[in-house]
Amino acid sequence: MPANLRPWIVPALLAGLVIFLLVGSLRSALFAQQTVSGLANGGIYASLGVALVLIYRATQVINFAQGAIATFTTYVAWQFMQWGLGYWGAFVITLCVAFAGGIAIQLVAIRPVERRGNVLTVVIASIGVLIAVEGAVGWIWGPEIRFMPSAFPVRTYHVGGVAFSLQDLGTIGVSIASVVVLWALFQFTKLGLAMRAAALRPNAARLVGVRVSWMLSFGWGLAAVLGAIAGMMAAASPSVLLQPNMMDGVLIYAFAAAVLGGLESPLGAVIGGLAIGAMLNLLSSYVSWVTPQLLLPAAFVVMLTVLLVKPSGLFGRTRVHRV
Amino acid sequence: MRALHGVTLEVDEGQIVALLGANGAGKTTTLRAVSGTVRREGEVTYDGKSLTHQGPETVARLGIAHVPEGRGTFSELTVWENLRLGAITRRGSIDEDLKRVLTFFPWLEKRKSQQAGTLSGGEQQMLAIARAMMQRPRMLLIDEPSLGLAPLVVTEIFRILRDLNEREGTTVLLVEQNARNSLAVSNHAYVLETGRVAYSGTSDELAQHEAIRRSYLGY
Repeated sequence: MPANLRPWIVPALLAGLVIFLLVGSLRSALFAQQTVSGLANGGIYASLGVALVLIYRATQVINFAQGAIATFTTYVAWQFMQWGLGYWGAFVITLCVAFAGGIAIQLVAIRPVERRGNVLTVVIASIGVLIAVEGAVGWIWGPEIRFMPSAFPVRTYHVGGVAFSLQDLGTIGVSIASVVVLWALFQFTKLGLAMRAAALRPNAARLVGVRVSWMLSFGWGLAAVLGAIAGMMAAASPSVLLQPNMMDGVLIYAFAAAVLGGLESPLGAVIGGLAIGAMLNLLSSYVSWVTPQLLLPAAFVVMLTVLLVKPSGLFGRTRVHRV
Repeated sequence: MRALHGVTLEVDEGQIVALLGANGAGKTTTLRAVSGTVRREGEVTYDGKSLTHQGPETVARLGIAHVPEGRGTFSELTVWENLRLGAITRRGSIDEDLKRVLTFFPWLEKRKSQQAGTLSGGEQQMLAIARAMMQRPRMLLIDEPSLGLAPLVVTEIFRILRDLNEREGTTVLLVEQNARNSLAVSNHAYVLETGRVAYSGTSDELAQHEAIRRSYLGY
């Protein structure tokens, strides 16, 4: 295996992808449309992928419950709209519920096992949360498919003969905006710095007075918020719909996005998500035998290939363990 | 594992106290017992308050800065972020503290946005002390600051510790293998042997005590 791909390979790959998408979009209207709707899916994968990265960085664990938590919060949003609230009102309340819920789950299910267990114990606990939350969704709201309104009007924009759906553009916008806000929080605020310190070196962070266990809970809250955004965007998309297992597939794409990006890098998860979204959508529209059923396995192949060829992904650091 | 067996030591305010002894004598563990990073029995009292049941976060907030073994530098973060972390528990502007710390380490200014992991060993040790100073500590616990550093850098670091003590009145509990330098800067010293205090006295006494010097301090 090529352990050390040369440093220019990642930028070159990305540049190649961008050029491919741009040139294709300029040459064909259909290609442009499919690219944009692929990027919209990709934005959803990116949000959920970043949520996975957040928790992975802090806990070294893949949170298998991330999708189920997102589904639950999406139902919460739907419920508030049923009760008569407007979309954005429900949206904001849902984010608050998600934040509190994420913290609560960390406190109740993760912290007690994390303290004495190993990584595997935490993984098992997260699978337990997955089962519990998915069960709760089915129990409260039943198995029927619900109609989740979209934040954006069903309209299309025409740019030079290409019709872009406003929903696709809005989904891309919201996903990217949420990740940018999160990035700014981490990069420019005291709280963000404390959270990064707690994730990087918990012991050293304690010595400067950072309340590390609170920072970890807080990280779960933020991850749940990102998941809620992804869930609300996904449920409004015609390919997902609001149903109890709606995020199962999305979670796999988000895994693939996070792994492609290197698992440690939020930026990597964003780029990975967008790339996977766009490429898979183009694949299914241009290769006749690739039906939607093949896309999930394709994402899985991407993930496995990255893990085999370059486990640190596009932007991950190769970890050096001192013995 | 039990590393300490009834260590009793006292650090008076405004002093530099050295904790000496061979590898495995329990020096590091003693520091950890103060900052709350190991489980301990017995009593740890600071400024009239008991620290015995406090975790490291609380101890840090009470004004005790611990520069641990391996310096506790956040090597992935920038120099500035490391300094910022030192003052993370305080509200408001940190400009004053930054200015104060930069009088000890003027070179940090130019390296502000550099990743801390790319600094040399000596620079990282100084960054660790600077980060601790950002905590405005009344007491500094520092673990083997001379480890792996060139003699000139070691001299510089001991000079800074003495400066810090003289200019700001910071109490220092210094763990060291380098007995000669430690006794030169400290007022008082303890020699640990397998988890117990073997000798204690003023630093001058210990430095002049031929037998102790030979058998415990190795010079």
